[in-house]
Amino acid sequence: MIFSVAAFAILVTISLALARAFLGPTLYDRILAVNMVGTKTVLLIAVFAVLSGRTDMIDIALMYALINFIGVVAVLKLVEQGNFHTSGED
Amino acid sequence: MIDTLIDITLLAFLTITAIAIIRINNLFVIIMLFGIFSLHSAGLFVVMDAADVAFTEAAVGAGIATVLMLGTLALTREHEEKKVAHRTRLPLLVVLITTIALVYGTYDIPSFGDPAAPAQQHVKPRYIDHSIEETGVANTVTAVLASYRGYDTLGEVTVIFTAGIGVMLLIGGRLLRRNRREDDE
Repeated sequence: MIFSVAAFAILVTISLALARAFLGPTLYDRILAVNMVGTKTVLLIAVFAVLSGRTDMIDIALMYALINFIGVVAVLKLVEQGNFHTSGED
Repeated sequence: MIDTLIDITLLAFLTITAIAIIRINNLFVIIMLFGIFSLHSAGLFVVMDAADVAFTEAAVGAGIATVLMLGTLALTREHEEKKVAHRTRLPLLVVLITTIALVYGTYDIPSFGDPAAPAQQHVKPRYIDHSIEETGVANTVTAVLASYRGYDTLGEVTVIFTAGIGVMLLIGGRLLRRNRREDDE
């Protein structure tokens, strides 16, 4: 029961993050919204893994967390420097 | 019950995101929304118990594709060009007819997870019954990908590798030359 409620709460949070991604207004709102949706997907998969009894799915949730992190770093690097090929130390 | 709720909500999110992608013409925002889109579909794949597909979708769709599209964006402009307005009635009609035909087609498809479906009857029983003794791999999906279709997977990897080299030669070489010229000046 408690896990169903948790899953529902996560879905509500995702819809709020989606609204922020659509409305903006600045770039950083949207980047943060994508990161938020990613984090909530990780949580949703973890909750769903416990709900359905397939706890091996928690590994997938972990990998999502890693990919989400790399994606956000890549986006921020592009926003900061305008390209990917300079090191950014100068 | 909660499975169905998650399914329906994620599908609704997918639709909303797709419509937003069509409406918005700032390319950076579209790439962000593509990331959200593929996270939602990865979540759907997990709910449908296709963990390996979800893995690929998250790694390629949300991870690498986003970075690649951002890299492309760095080389081009940030806004879609305004298109000349043209008549939309005929394309809309074609899309509607195709949709109706496709929906009609789904009535003949066996239901989700049906063990009597033709796709489950062809080679799958053999994989399930004999894959461990034939390949020694415990996971059936891995056995199919890495052993039964090993050459196929090797070919795919070769294609991706070649494509990567091609892109690096085309784009990376030019950037390197431009940087060197700037250093000389």
